[in-house]
Parts: sequence; C-alpha cells; structure tokens
Amino acid sequence: MIKPLIVAAFAALFALPATATIEIEDVTSPGGISAWLVEDRSIPFVALEFWFIGGATLDAPEARGATHLMMGLLEEGAGDLNAQDYAAAVEGLAAGFSFESYRDAVVVSARMLSQNRDTAADLLRAAISTPRFDQDAIERVRAQVLAIIQSNARDPEEIAAATFNTLAYGDHPYAFAQEGTAESVAALSRDDILTAHRAALTRGRVVVGAAGDISAAELGQLIDHILGDLPAEAPPRPGPADFALTGGITVVDFPSPQSVAFFGHAGIERDDPDFFAAFVLNQILGGSGFRSRLMSEVREKRGLTYGIGSFLSLADLSPGMLGQFSSSNDLVGQAIDVVKAQWADLATNGVTQEERDAAIRYMTGEYPLRFDGNATIAGILAAMQSDEIPVDYVTNRNAYVEAVTLEDLRRVAARLLRPDDLHFVVVGQPEGLSPGN
Amino acid sequence: MLHRLALALGLTLTPVMAPAAGDVVEFFLDNGMQVVVIADDRAPAVTHMVWYRVGAADEPPGQSGIAHFVEHLMFKATDDMASGEFSKVVAANGGSDNAFTSWDYTGYFQRIAADRLGLMMQMEADRMRDIIFDPVEVATERSVILEERAQRTDSSAGALFNEQMRATLFLNHPYGVPIIGWRHEMEALSRDDAQAFHDMWYHPNNAILVVAGDVTAEDVRALAEEHYGPIPASPSLPARARPTEPPHIANRRVSFTDERVANPYVSIQMLAPVREPGNQAEAAALVILAELLGGGGQTSLLARRLQVEEERSLFAAAYYDSTSLDPSGFSLVNVPVPGLSLEEAEADLWRIIDDFLSQGIDADHFARIKFQIAASEIYEEDSTQGLARRWGMELTMGLGIADIESWPDILAAVTPEDVMNAARSLLTDPVHVTGHLMRPAVANAEISQ
Repeated sequence: MIKPLIVAAFAALFALPATATIEIEDVTSPGGISAWLVEDRSIPFVALEFWFIGGATLDAPEARGATHLMMGLLEEGAGDLNAQDYAAAVEGLAAGFSFESYRDAVVVSARMLSQNRDTAADLLRAAISTPRFDQDAIERVRAQVLAIIQSNARDPEEIAAATFNTLAYGDHPYAFAQEGTAESVAALSRDDILTAHRAALTRGRVVVGAAGDISAAELGQLIDHILGDLPAEAPPRPGPADFALTGGITVVDFPSPQSVAFFGHAGIERDDPDFFAAFVLNQILGGSGFRSRLMSEVREKRGLTYGIGSFLSLADLSPGMLGQFSSSNDLVGQAIDVVKAQWADLATNGVTQEERDAAIRYMTGEYPLRFDGNATIAGILAAMQSDEIPVDYVTNRNAYVEAVTLEDLRRVAARLLRPDDLHFVVVGQPEGLSPGN
Repeated sequence: MLHRLALALGLTLTPVMAPAAGDVVEFFLDNGMQVVVIADDRAPAVTHMVWYRVGAADEPPGQSGIAHFVEHLMFKATDDMASGEFSKVVAANGGSDNAFTSWDYTGYFQRIAADRLGLMMQMEADRMRDIIFDPVEVATERSVILEERAQRTDSSAGALFNEQMRATLFLNHPYGVPIIGWRHEMEALSRDDAQAFHDMWYHPNNAILVVAGDVTAEDVRALAEEHYGPIPASPSLPARARPTEPPHIANRRVSFTDERVANPYVSIQMLAPVREPGNQAEAAALVILAELLGGGGQTSLLARRLQVEEERSLFAAAYYDSTSLDPSGFSLVNVPVPGLSLEEAEADLWRIIDDFLSQGIDADHFARIKFQIAASEIYEEDSTQGLARRWGMELTMGLGIADIESWPDILAAVTPEDVMNAARSLLTDPVHVTGHLMRPAVANAEISQ
C-alpha cells in the first residue's frame, strides 16, 4: 500500500486550495479607524479583536507590571458598575470579553450575540474607556498577580524563559517579565495604573479584526462607539533590543526529575528579504504540526524528550531564533548535543529537496484550514495588521512560500543558524552540565 | 484576571457547554462500526476522527499506561506504511493529526482539506488491524512516554497532588489510576502487552467514526464502506465491565508537601452521578449547581463571597465532570490569601456551602446562567472540530444520539428546585476526600535564578 499512498500525496500538490476561500473587507470607520472584516452571517454572533500596539514595553522602569495589572483591572468595574455588577451584566448578556497583556501589545477580544450586541458594546466601551480602578479591586487583583509571580518563580518553564530574557536583553524592557516583580507590583499606585491605561490604550495605535454576523457599515459604527473616548495620540515605543547573549549553557538549579531547556540566538526581521526562506527553514528544523528534524532526531529516534520545537520569534524589537524542550536530568546533556548537531548540519549542508518539498506542501495545505471560525479569523486579521501585512497577503502567502528554493534555504540556513552562538538555559538538576560552561 | 491565576495554578475552569444539535446523521456499517457525520460547509476542510470505546480504565491490572502507550505506538509502522509515515502523509497533504487517551476513550484525528478524506480513512483503517509492534520502536517510545510523564506530572506539584487525590477518591474503580500510568508499571510495559491490548479492543465494532466539515453523509458512507467496511468485526469483544465503587463510608485526607508549591490550596472531592443514557436530569442539575457555586468569573457564590466580599480567597471554584462512563467527581477548590491557613480555607468552603443549602439560589444569577447555557449552543457552532470532539466523547461515554441531542433541552428545563434537590443530596454531610497541597513548613533555601 506504500505506493498508492505516495501517489496520493503527490496528487495533492495540484488539488490543494491555493488560497483561503475567505473574503476580507478593508473597512474604515467614520472616525477613521481601520479594520478588517470577514462577514459571515451563518452564526448569530460577532467576534472582535483589538490589538493596541505597545504593550508591557511601555511600562516605566519604576512601574514594571503596571500595564499587566491595568489590563487585569479592566473587567473589575467600569462606568457606574462596580466589579460584581459589571461581571453580572456581561454574564447576563452571554457576551465574552478578554483583556490580555503581552510584551508588544495589549489585546482586547470580544464575542457578542447579535441579539444584544448594542448593550454588550456599551459594556465593552465602558471597560476600555472608563474603567474605575476602584481601590478594593486594585488590591484584589494585585494579590492575584503576586500569586502568579510566585507561581512563575516555581515553574521551570517560566524560569527558563525569564532567565533567557534577563541574560539576553540587559536593560531593555524585554529583559523584564511583563508581570513585574513582587516588589514592583507591591509598589504600584493607582496613578501608575492610570498612566499605564493612558499609554497602552489609544486610538492612534490600534488594529482591529472582526468576523461574523455584521456588515462593514455596522462594524465601523461599532468600533467608533467602543473606542470613541480613547486618546488619539500614542506614546513613543522603546527602541530595538540588542541580543547580548553569546553561546553557552546556563544552569539554574531546580528540584525536579526533569530539566527544561530554553535555547536560541538572534533571529531575522519580518521584513527581511529572506524571511520566507527562514520561515520554511524553521518548519523543517523544528516547526509544529510536522515531523521536523528536531522531533525526529530527539524524540522519535532516541526517546530523549516528549516534545521539542523551534520557533522564529517575531518580537517587534528583537527577533529571535528560539527553541524549547524537556528531558530527564540524565538525558538532557545528550539532547543538547543532538540539537547542536542538527543546527550545525543544517547550517553546513542545508536541507534536502525532499525536506523542502514536504515542508512547503504542509505549509501551503495547512494555511487555508486555519481560517476556521469567527474567533480564530478575527485574531488572524488583527495579527496580520499588527505585522503591517497588506490585505492581499492571504491570497499571495502560499505563492511566497512556494517560491522558496533549495538554494534560498541553503543560504538562509548558513546565515541564520549559528550553532556556536546557541545559548541553552537549563532549569533542573541536569547531570554532566555545569553552570556557565 | 481570575482565569490567569487559575492557569498558573493548573486549575482550569470548566466551561458551561451544551452541544449544539447541528446537522448530524448517524448510521452503522455492517461490521458494527458507528458513523456520525456533522455537515458544515463554512470551510473546505474536514475533521476525521476514529474513537475506540476503550481507555485507561479498561487496562489489565499492573499495566497502567498501556492504553496511552498503544495510542503512541499507533503512529509506527504497519504492514503497508513505514514508521512515522502516517503523520508524514497527513502533513504532505497539508493536514494536521494527533491522538488522545482518556479513562474512557482513545481517539485519533486528522484535520485536512475535504478532498483528502478517503486517504485519511485508508490509512486509519490500515492501522486499526495492521499496526506492527516492533521491539525496538516499543523500547524507544517507552522512553518518550516516561519523558511525557516527567514533563506533565513529575515536574508539577499540582499534577502530582491531583494524581494522589484521584487515587484516594476512588477506592476500587480504575479512575483512581493515572491515564499516563504509574512510573514503575510504565517502565515494565512490553511489546506483548501492547499487542494484547490492541488485539482485544481495536476493532470496527468497538469504533466510532466521526466526520465533521465540508462533506455529505452519502459521501462519507461510500468512503467508510470502501475503507472500513472490509474489516471484520471482532467476535470476542469484551464488555466494558470495570470494578465499581463500594459505598464511600469514611472521609479521607491527603496531605502533599512539595517545595515547588507557590500557592497552597485545599481541594475537597466527592463522588457524583454522571449523565446516563435516558437519565440525564440529575447531571444537568449538578452542572448548574457547579456553575452557581463556583463556575467561571467572580459572579459565582464562592468567588463573590470569598474573593470579593470577604477577601479571604485568591481563587475559589467548583468543578463537576458530567460526562464519563462511570460515576465521577464533584470538587471544590480554595486558594486562600497569604496568611490564612488551609484549615481556615477548608472551613470557609463548608461555611459557604452551608449558607447555600440554607439560603437557596439567587433568581437573577440562575437566569443568567441559563441564558449562558443557551448562548453556548450558538458559540459552539463556531468550531466544527470542537463539535466533532464533543460528539465523539459523548458517544464513547455510552450516550446515544438522542441523549446528546436532548441534552440542551434537559439543561434548559432544570429548575431552581431541581438544583437544590441535587445540592442537598450531594452536599449534605457527604463522604469526601480533603486534600491539602502545601509548601514545606520550614522554607528551604529560596529557589535561585
């Protein structure tokens, strides 16, 4: 049966949908805010996603964690409703709002039933524009954030990523956890939170994705209503972060039978001419949903881990070429050697034609399947705009991927993958690895 | 904010969900394989799932983890495909694939362009009977599942605590044995164990095919008859008769101390009835009870009283597992604010429960939750894959199509009196297990970074 299967796999090449079958409308609201919409009337609700670019990097050095705490407070009372009444009002409409904070952006996601959309929009507008920041809510959420910080300090994956960032980014905001520290969060005042609110949520630096049961005209009005009271002007963002880490291993002692390894070196910019080649290269090396080199060599052939992946971090201010896995303390040294060997092999020898073809078939086939459901689509549309990708990208993206040649992959592998620059932060009690070697 | 703390603690909230009764067609192949088709043409994609009515609770004694191990080994060679080729072909066709094991089921799925459905069936049918358990592959993959256990369980104080709680709650039923397996038994799992388990359970008359997406029932029937139809039914498929629980007559306590615990908490667990074919009313009342007491957000009784009004809790919630083959658990969790003891946190939970039993249900809160359940039917239609997964899970739990389709109506029909009756029967002096997850009394040296 092997032969028929392979034939079928190749037949796929011609039959795969070349582009997503969705139609994106580029909408400008009467108030001048741009949004992308996929109108789909089949289910009576709309999903909205607002990305306010800037995020936790806008925290003042003396107020680390202010943006994160502020976002946690938006749903804790707004307008004339206290926290309890606000939560009950949202629950009573079966609307869903989420307010998330990230390094480069804060994100507001919403889903609203068509039958009560205007009332739900009033509540969302209140949370974004007129949050109360009542003192009792501040203290309650502050205690929750302190618990999260304590929990992260005892979570080997969190420790690994945080240590890596501290070592890599010096004094840049990227070096600091967005939650802040126990000390900085304890010291945050209501004024710090108001300042963070003024800085993070502006009409001047927001992108909007929407999908579902709404027309372009209705969406424009809805967005203006929700964002109407926010200031237009956005504060400046910090400059690029230098990646200061050099090759090596840093061990963080942690009482666990297994070690977490977080590793990487500097990456490649989103607007680099070789970006798509790097994108395909990463898929082959350690991309998810795919039998990558790292999964094959570290897990399948040797049983050294349950899972391993690499990723191109497109952090706005310092792109990275990163990866992560966990291995038992007695195996992690061996796994690190295999990772380095794969890094070196790709850098020196590139990839094979078969690997290139398989990765591109996977990436181009998987892409249209992503546009699955209103909530997912709204998120993709906002993310694309935050990357300043043109609206026709959805149509052309697979062609960009298919245009990547074996030679492109060889060139970008030699340039991007630098085994000697790889730094591994290992959290656990690894055998045969000593800190700093 | 709350959900992020819940995630950090490993306490995810159970969403209220009523499965949308969409456009669902059911039929059986001649060999007994059950087929369910959920049509949705919004995207040119299809989710193809095969569920086996077997899980970790069906394992032979001493072989904990074998159901999950077999799931891993199903991605290795068959008589027609090389090891790893299954996933390679899926990826080469632009699809994604994975599998999952629970106490009651094992499921395999691919999500792919709709015109690849026949190819998926061809490969899935191949490995149903023709998987090869190669000794070398078995040894390597055993190392992978041990790493999986190390990553998911042994590296997490909360996960180890949950494992101990379940082992204590269930006195006789294998729900007390972890799905991943106990480490010492996993280390001994053999090629022959895997072969025997597969031979016993992996047959079309023990499988449910769920196809959701841009397909018609007629197309699915033709493809299923072509690929799965030729596989003979097993004449000796065992009944799923598990050891059952004796009456719980003694309260039990679990104390687990681990220096990796950041936020100590108390958990109270007790046995609860679940949805049964033709009898889902009590489970429906318990779903709404869990939501009223400690569902998502700060409007639930435990959160409102303990977190907001009294400021004695960082996080308080209730969980109820309505859908499992055999009776399962109802639990309460309380993470006290720093400075309060776990004894106080435990007493706080019982105090709020007592208040609830004597004071009853807030009518506005009840109405909001009922509306949310109705709305979840609308939201759930947004994910065809999610729908497929829910149908597959519910069918392997022994529920029929009629049970699944009537569940939203049964939830909608629950009255406050039903909830109070269910609450009184569950929570009035229940026999229960109380667990304390603690840090060492004398703090060890700080974990250095």
